[in-house]
Amino acid sequence: MQIYADNAATTKMSRLAIDTMLPYMDVLYGNPSSLHTPGQKAAEALFSARETIAKYLNCEPREITFTSGGSESDNQAILSAVGAGARKNKKHIISTAFEHHAVLHALKKLQKQGYEVTLLDVHENGLITPEQVKQAIRPDTALVTVMYANNEIGTVQPIAEIGKICREAGVPFHTDAVQAAGHIPIDVKAQNIDLLSLSAHKFHGPKGVGVLYARKGVPLTTLIEGGAQERGRRAGTENIPAIMAMAASFAYMCDRIDEHTEKLTALRDRLMKGLGQIPRSILNGDPTRRLPGNVNFCFEGIEGESLLLLLDAKGVYASSGSACTSGSLDPSHVLLAIGRPHEIAHGSLRLTLSDENTEEEVDYIIKSVEEVVERLRAMSPVWQDLLAGRKNYVIKQCKNYAQTLN
Amino acid sequence: MALYSQKVMDHFTNPRNVGSIEDADGVGEVGNAKCGDIMKVYIKVRAGIITDVKFETFGCGSAIATSSMATEMIKGKTIDQAFELSNKAVVEALDGLPPAKLHCSVLAEESIKAAIKDYYDRNNIPYDPKKFPDCAHCEGCGVG
Repeated sequence: MQIYADNAATTKMSRLAIDTMLPYMDVLYGNPSSLHTPGQKAAEALFSARETIAKYLNCEPREITFTSGGSESDNQAILSAVGAGARKNKKHIISTAFEHHAVLHALKKLQKQGYEVTLLDVHENGLITPEQVKQAIRPDTALVTVMYANNEIGTVQPIAEIGKICREAGVPFHTDAVQAAGHIPIDVKAQNIDLLSLSAHKFHGPKGVGVLYARKGVPLTTLIEGGAQERGRRAGTENIPAIMAMAASFAYMCDRIDEHTEKLTALRDRLMKGLGQIPRSILNGDPTRRLPGNVNFCFEGIEGESLLLLLDAKGVYASSGSACTSGSLDPSHVLLAIGRPHEIAHGSLRLTLSDENTEEEVDYIIKSVEEVVERLRAMSPVWQDLLAGRKNYVIKQCKNYAQTLN
Repeated sequence: MALYSQKVMDHFTNPRNVGSIEDADGVGEVGNAKCGDIMKVYIKVRAGIITDVKFETFGCGSAIATSSMATEMIKGKTIDQAFELSNKAVVEALDGLPPAKLHCSVLAEESIKAAIKDYYDRNNIPYDPKKFPDCAHCEGCGVG
């Protein structure tokens, strides 16, 4: 059995996305900046994609800028808002401690340039409250940037409430919606979002393409200089095949959000319940206010990379926030931000499902994780010390996944 | 996965010498759970020869594989030969490790040295303490 359960990393491109893409490579291959017929056909296609995306975000087509993906959109959104703020001498930014690195690293760079950054505490459940944002806003706040849904633990922030507070305070609000787009409803008007990033490959579209939504009146700073594409906001010939596939995939996914949410929530809850039966395991992130396909656990006494390798050998493809998988010495900043100690943050497992996964697969995943955790614990000196009472368990033993730390 | 050589994957998926020795003559433990790697090595010594060796490891695939390979390499060897085992030799025997994983092989070497040191201490055998670097010397971890 081969089970892909790493859909937060990337998704399989849908047949629809691939089929939509192909004609724009060999038939309708014109450059939308060209005046001739093939060029104008490409320009029309590009406009239709812009209209589609705008319709599903509830904004105007001219508020959509096509980019190379989530990281570029995040960087451009932040630098734009901060640049506009700096002209009014506003040099304070509010964000959260568990943003994606595309946001956090951009903020770190700005900090070095003299900006002040407030990172809000995300609490053990992985959520911030609108009140925290309200209290952090100052007269010199240039930007609030809070991710819509977390990429590791899937928690979904109260975006509409945060948007309302920011709008009332007159502070631009950006949200990194890379994990949310196509999976949960987004309405930039109703939610008072000024800037939003999304990426096509997280909802069965192609890699290397994304969107930056910027509300009319929110000026964008260019990251790439060149031609006048995207109304001067992003130079470079548009990646029409990818943009067309993204629009088609986004429309398809948004039209099926209710159906997918129902199916995925049932699978997710089954998986959480099953993994919660493993002794000394703990769910990361709020059990209900999370993405329909996201499951994230820590297991005491084992390390995440060896867990992933043994799961891989069983055909289960997942991810972990252990240091060994992050390429750094520290485990996931997200798990540390929600207060998981290093010891157990190294033993984390993220499983992110798509609507292609089945109940049978979920049961196989549960069985595989149980076996692998048991096997690794048998050779773990940490686990042996815990069993012998030479060390104290970090995770309290409970009967279901609503487990807590000691 | 192509991250590791076939030998690493073999020693990771079928680790040799896993377990503990109840009446071990020397036990060495290095690393810490905060860094994500702990290795514990048990040795049985008869007439200066390591007659049995077992390990327990908390860590990534390469940590488990290096423990397995290093214990294989000292089994049946004299204490002096075991002491000479370098992390480089373990890496070579495994057909290489990714650069970020080299510290695992350092831990393997140090866990064996720690077990030997414990054996010396238990038997009042004199040794040069400078020859036994502690875990903090390893730059792979940083936390210490």
